[in-house]
Formats: sequence, structure tokens, C-alpha cells
Amino acid sequence: MPTVIVDGREIEIGTDERLNCIEAARRAGAEIPHYCWHPGLSVVASCRMCLIEVGSRDAETGKTSMVPKLVPACQTPAKDGTVIVTESSKVKESRARVEEALLIDHPVDCPICDKAGECRLQDYHFEHGQAQRRADIHPFTSRKRDVGPTVSLFVDRCIMCTRCVRFTREVAGTGELMVSSRGSKEEIDIFPGYPLDNKLSGNVVDLCPVGALGDKDFLYQQRVWFLKREDGVCGGCSAGCSIHTEHNQDTIYRLKPRENQHVNKWWICDEGRYGWHHLHDPSRLVEPKRQRDGKGNAAAEPVEWADIIGLLRSDLAAATANGGRLAVAVSPMLTVEEAWMLCSVARSIDPQAMLAVGFVPTSGEDESFPGGFTIRSEKCPNRVGVEHVIAGFDPTVPRWETLLDAVESGSCTAAWISAAYPPAGNRPPSEAASWIDEATAARFEKLRCLIVQDLFTSPLADRADWLLPAAGFAERSGTWVNHAQWAQSFERAIRAPSGVWPEGRLLWNMLGRHRLYDPAVIRREAAATSSALAALAEDLPPIGIDLRLQQLATS
Amino acid sequence: MPPFEPVLLEAIGTPDSHTLESYCSRGGYAPFEKLLAEQQPTDVIELVKSSGLRGRGGAGFPTGVKWGFLPKDHPGPIYLCVNADESEPGTFNNRILMEDDPHQVIEGTMISSYATRATTAYIYLRYEYPHAWDRLQAAIDEASAAGLLGSNIKGSGFSLDIYLHRGAAAYICGEETGLIESIEGKRAWPRIKPPFPAIEGLFRKPTVVNNIETMACVAQIARRGTDWFRSIGVPADPENPRDPGSYGPKLYCLSGHVEKPGCYEAPLGITLRQLIDEYGGGVWKGRKAKAAIPGGISMGLMTEAEFDTPLDFKGPGTVGCMGLGTGAVVVIDETVSIVDFLHNSCRFFAHESCGQCTPCREGTSWNQRILERIRAGKGRLKDLEILLENGNTMGMMPGSTICGLADGAAWPIKNAINKFRDEFEETIKRTNPEGWMVTDPVPALQIVGAH
Repeated sequence: MPTVIVDGREIEIGTDERLNCIEAARRAGAEIPHYCWHPGLSVVASCRMCLIEVGSRDAETGKTSMVPKLVPACQTPAKDGTVIVTESSKVKESRARVEEALLIDHPVDCPICDKAGECRLQDYHFEHGQAQRRADIHPFTSRKRDVGPTVSLFVDRCIMCTRCVRFTREVAGTGELMVSSRGSKEEIDIFPGYPLDNKLSGNVVDLCPVGALGDKDFLYQQRVWFLKREDGVCGGCSAGCSIHTEHNQDTIYRLKPRENQHVNKWWICDEGRYGWHHLHDPSRLVEPKRQRDGKGNAAAEPVEWADIIGLLRSDLAAATANGGRLAVAVSPMLTVEEAWMLCSVARSIDPQAMLAVGFVPTSGEDESFPGGFTIRSEKCPNRVGVEHVIAGFDPTVPRWETLLDAVESGSCTAAWISAAYPPAGNRPPSEAASWIDEATAARFEKLRCLIVQDLFTSPLADRADWLLPAAGFAERSGTWVNHAQWAQSFERAIRAPSGVWPEGRLLWNMLGRHRLYDPAVIRREAAATSSALAALAEDLPPIGIDLRLQQLATS
Repeated sequence: MPPFEPVLLEAIGTPDSHTLESYCSRGGYAPFEKLLAEQQPTDVIELVKSSGLRGRGGAGFPTGVKWGFLPKDHPGPIYLCVNADESEPGTFNNRILMEDDPHQVIEGTMISSYATRATTAYIYLRYEYPHAWDRLQAAIDEASAAGLLGSNIKGSGFSLDIYLHRGAAAYICGEETGLIESIEGKRAWPRIKPPFPAIEGLFRKPTVVNNIETMACVAQIARRGTDWFRSIGVPADPENPRDPGSYGPKLYCLSGHVEKPGCYEAPLGITLRQLIDEYGGGVWKGRKAKAAIPGGISMGLMTEAEFDTPLDFKGPGTVGCMGLGTGAVVVIDETVSIVDFLHNSCRFFAHESCGQCTPCREGTSWNQRILERIRAGKGRLKDLEILLENGNTMGMMPGSTICGLADGAAWPIKNAINKFRDEFEETIKRTNPEGWMVTDPVPALQIVGAH
């Protein structure tokens, strides 16, 4: 195994690993500051913050010879015998000088900068900078420039690391951003008439190590130190990107990508990034309603959740008595755990209940980018997981269309339609078309009892006997399985609005379980009923697991 | 010293020196055709290696050795880029070669292409040379019509196309990899090395970048032989196996405060004083010289007392300058303020810094602004320390930048302050009698308003 010596400490790295000195030093616990280097982008070695001293140790004599000058750690590969010195006085002085240089033209307007609190320039200056400013220049004022529909550029805060430029060229493949002018008058800019407008544009804000690129959606909404950060999974499409949900007092302020090399690398798309606004939409359903009582009379009264548990069972039992049958649409928005509980509840009411995969929303084609990122056309996170769950109960795995035929023909007399679909295309719910149209909703006319569980009203909701509010993606806990069988577990980031019981809680209670809903318990039970989900019996690592690999390993 | 017969400049001043007819009448293109018919590319590389030719662009790297770095048996294409982005202040020898004897340059390019097995050569001209462009293009057209360019030249199986490429007036385009980026149509940001251009250069293919004057030297070596070339200049130091010597003629560009400025051909190793007195007619107006730039402003500054230094690849380094550079000598007479000189130098490099590496981008503009303040009568002695610190820490040599531009920006600062410190201190004390001694940091920042 190749050995690298970091500040006198020997660490071993993998034989085939191609690490640079920043990565190798990190393994040894030494953090080398850097701005321009990002593992997902090409190396330019231009910020010069990561300058270190390196040398090599001769394998035979054990003698160390050092390179006389400083070298950028990002550009220097760590090989067997590489000696890395990250804390010598030469290195420290170099860092202090780079910090001083970067601040010469920086406006230092931290009090009004959105990045304050998570700014590399602040952090590094605190750690590596010098206390006194020797430069004799009054910095520019902070000019703001509109570079696109999602991003504002604060020109003078920029430190010219060019991460954003490289991102648009190498990952998004759109190349809208560029460097204009020369020397200290250099600026990031767009070509007139060609704004930064692509489906991955928000990532440049995450990449920006300083406050130069501001996300218009987040700008001036919240100080970052008030935000709490929860690991989550994006529910926008079947890619299942790992995200951080950043929230305060049950309000989401922004979503950020969470590095996951198996799923989304370092990126998320704008559709997912801004796809949380519907959770806080005032038109959301927040009250459970029994719109018609068991005899078909209009009621539309709010009911207490504690009563609902029993009433749902009794209404469904009545509607499926005398040769009737229950049909359940298991929404691909549900987690594996919720889907399993819904199936179990349905089968406990009607042992012949039809368990069908709920409506699967799609939009366009899969869209791939040069950096290896793909936005999926299937706009739900867990169709695969729901199918695995249903297969454990009914190997034929009926589709949504099968369910529609069954409720229209009258072979099913009661239906529980779990939905929880966000409005299409990130539009406000009032403007977006509902997931179900009037004609499809009309096919549910013959039912004796219809339960609809959704985020917003719809033509189907109007026909429902029971209209139950559903939870949004950040309000659930459980496991989603993405298009490629990658399973990720997550905890809810925020609580559902007052008055809403998430599906998990309702179903847990309907199964007669005690105490609080615990997804881990259900996950293990679900894993026992489906061979495809067997791997879920263990706790999942934060980045998730590949169900197929786990199956191969256990078979 | 015997009178030196110019070789590279032999045709300059003769009528129609830029035409093919004139060039052929001087024996031009015959060496190329002979090499093509009789010798292998490796033989030509050996020829240039044995001549001891060192690149004339500034760094003085042995040309044959550079060619030898190209991968053997590469399927191609291999590119040759000829650097005519002559932007070093004070340098104009490439221009004279291109305008008045373009065929000499083109023959050198052909021979170099043959040696490196390049089938496409680009000549990268600076924007400000429209006349050179016209002359070179006309010469290329003439050579093509004569069957000296194109495919299967003279039935040898060797093909070559030469293209002119014009920059957009940026100093950094003369940096080897900046030039390559610029030809590729990108912003001329020098590349990080490795990979070096010989392995992965233009369009990610093996590439050699040589100077125009080097090309002319190659043409003359092919015509006159290595013995002739090695008979001129300063031989290698036998005590130092790493010294490749300074062989051959050199085009010195003499300008500034001399009676007869111009481009003069002289053997490498001529002293600065000889150049000024014998070629330049002495310092103008009967004044005394104060200092001189030995080879373009980035090489630093020599004081009058150091004028007996030989201008070969080793000489200027012995008196604290960076090197010979392009051989552009700019003489400064005793009336010039060194503060003004340094301000001018810093302004140039602040303007020309490409802006990629932080220490150069911010350092050069900081230096310029400090000198502006000193000239405005607000200087402090402490500023000299900051200038020197910036000078000592920016550049490729301390490792803080990707390319050598910052070294070139730093050298005049280091030389000027170290060699003329008294004058700096006197100027600062005289112009800022109240505040020259202040050492406090500059007052706190003005907090900017909301936008």
C-alpha cells in the first residue's frame, strides 16, 4: 500500500486511488484550505490558497528530499513516499498573503452578505489571515448584477476561483458564465442576452466559496446560522438525489445537494432545489374531512384524528361487505414503510384487497448533462420501492390503470387513493393542472366509499367521502428506492402543518401499534416480506445502499 | 574584437528583401530542400542540439533538447507554434525579421517542423503587427506557389501547412501555454504543468513552441552549419556540466536614452557597455546612464556600474537580474526617477496580469497603487517593505503562481529597490515630510452601503 507522510504522520492510501494532496492530507486529519479546487470540477490551481510544501521519501534510503518551492496541493498527486507539510511557517505565511490579497478588492460587506456564516473567505481569514490590513485601497462598493432567473452576482465579492464558470462548462454543458476583463479588474459575467438559465443553475451558488453568487430564492430570507440542517432525499423525480433540507421553525428555506457519489455526486437540479415551496402553500389541505357520511349524505365536517382511526376501518368494512372489494392506490410518493403499512391495513380490512401502484406522474424525457447528472422524467421518488412492497403481497403488482378499470366496472366497491402529489413543474398549486383530470375522476362514481389522501384539492378530492391531508416529502420519515434500486432512508426535516397526521402516523395507529411511529420497526418487517427489500433489515448508511448488490451478496 | 558581419539581419535594408527571389538569391531554401532529401528528422534534431542553440524567446532553453521531449513514434498530429507575440517592452527584433526577411523565418519554421514531424505550424502574431502579418502571409503564399509548402513537399512525403494566428493584444499570450490556449480560441490563461506542451499542448497534442528569432537561427544553422554557429558567442563553462553555453548571434534591441536606437546583431556575450557605446552611439545628449534593462523589463534592472556584464544567457543573472530575456536593452539616463520607472513597470504588469492566480492578480495591482501613492507624495518607508515582500513572494520561482509573468513583475521591483534604495527613501522623505515614517496600518475600511 502506498504510504503518504502528512505532517510527519504516515497514512496508507489505496493502490488505485488517485488522490491529490488535499484529499490525502484530509485522510490524515489535516485540512488544507482551498477555494478553486472542487472534486467535481477540473483543476486550475489558480487561487493558490492550498500551497504547501511537498517532498518525497526515498523508499530505500529513507531520506527525504523536499521541493524547494511551494506547490499547490490540489495539483500535486499523492504517491508512495510523498511528504506533505501543511503547517510550516512558509506555508502559513503564504496563506496569510493570499488572504490579504483576496481582501484587497473585497468589499467586506459581511453584515449585508447572505454568505456570512458559511463563507470560506471569512472562515479562512479567521484561521489563516493576518489581523492587520496593510493595503491602502478603499474597496469597491458591492455591485449587484442580474445574471439569470435564479442567480444574482455580487461582482466585487468575487475572488475569481472560477468554479461557477467551470461548472457551467463542464457539468451543465451550457457555458453561460465567463471571465471578462483582466488582472484585478476581472469579473465573472454573462454574454449579453445569454443569461445563466439552465436546469442546474442553482449549483453555482453552492459552489461559490464566497458571497458572490446569491440564490434569488434564498437571498435575504434567513441568516444561515439560524438554519438547521437535516439529511434528506429529494422527492422531485426518481433520481432520488441526496439533499440537505435547511429549515427553521418548521419552515424550509432552501435545499442543498448532499454529496452522494452513487446518486447525484455533488449536484441537484433546480426543479428539486426549488421544489419545496408547495409545502408552505396556503391552499394545502390541512384538515381531515368526512365529506359524506356512510349513507351518502353531505357532511364536510372536520373530524378528530383519534376518531378517524376507527371510522375509516368501519366505513371501509361496510363498503366492502356483501361481496364488495377494496382497491388501494399506493402512491409512489409514499415511503416503503408507509406503503407497507397501507397494504397491511388494507389486507386487514379486506383480505382480497387490490393493492395497485398509484398514479406515476411523468414529464418529458430523461435529461442528461455532460457532467453525468440526469434529471428523470418520472416525477416521483419511490415507484420502485412501492412495487417491491406490493410484490410481497401480490406478485402481479397491479397498475393504476387496472385499479381504474376495477373501480369503474364496480368490481371494487371501495377505494383508498393515496396521492400526496406536488403540483407539476414547481408552479403554485393554483396554476398547475391537478394530477388527475375530471374524466378520470368520474370513473370513481360507482364507489360506495372513497378515501383520498392528498396535498391539494383535485377533481377526485371533490368526490371523496373522506378527504385526508397528506404529508409533504420533507415531512415524512422512511425509505425511498430510486430508479436504479438505490435505497436511502431519511428522517423528516420539518413537522407537517398543524392538524396533519402524516401517512406513517395514521397507518401506524390503524395497525394498532403503540407509542410513536417508528419507521425502523416497519422497515424490518417489510424487509421480511419481500426478498427485493431484504437488505432493508439492517440500518442504512447515510448515503444508502444498492438493493441489487445486497441481494447478490445475500443470495 | 573583429567586426561582426550580421547574418540574421544580412538582408535588412536591401531592396525587396522580403521576397522569395531575394531570399533564394542569398541561398535560401536550398538547405531545407537538402535536409528534406538527405536527412531524417532525428538528424535535424541532432544538428540543432549539437549547435547549442538556445531559445531566443527569453528563457534560453536549448531548442534541440526541447524538441527531444516530444514523444517518439507519436501517431500525430504534432504541432509547432511559432511565438511572434513579441510583447516584452523594448523588444522588436521579431518584427524586423518578419517584416523584412519573412522567408528566413519561414524556412526555419519548415526545418523545425520537419525535425519535430509537425505537419501544421502556427505563427502567433501579436495584434499590433499588421505589416508583419501582410509580409508573412505574402511569403507563405509565395512559398506555397513555389511548392515549398503544402502536401508532399518536393516529393519527399513531408507535408506542412503554416497558418498565421493573430492575438488580441495581451502580454500573457506570449507565455507558451497561454499562447496555446489562445490559438485554441480560449482566454489566454496559462495552463498548469504537467502536462508540458511537448506531451499535451495545442488541441491536447504534442506541441513545440519556439520564438521567431529561434526559427531564423535554425535556418542559418542549416545553411552555415554548427561549426559556424558555435564559433560565435560564449562557450560552455567546462567546470559546469549543466552550462549549455551561449552560442550564436543575437539580435539586441537597443532603445531608450541612446543616440542610435535600433536592432543590432551581435555575438552573444557582448557587454552592455559595448552595445551602448559601439552600436548605440552612447547615451544621448551627452548625459550619463543611470541604469538599463538588460533584456525586456521583466528581467530587472542593471545599474551603470554593472554595464560591463556580458549579455549572454548567464551574465545578467550574476548581477541579480533574472536573465538575458529577449535581449531588449532599454537605457535610462541620469535624469530619470527610478520611482517613475518602477511605477511604469508596475502599471504595465498590473495591466497585463491575466488574473488567474491570486498573488499576481492582486499583487501587481497593489504594487501599482502603492507606487501611485508614493508618486502622489503620500509614500511611507514601510511601503518599500511591502513592495519587496510582494516582489519576493510572487512568481513561479517561489511557487505562488502558475506562469512566469509574476516573476517578471517582481524582478524590476526587487532590483530597483535593492539597487536604488537611497533614491526611493530620499524621494519618499522629500515628498512626504509629514508622514514618511508612519508605520500604522492604513485606516480601517469604509463600510459600503447597501445596494
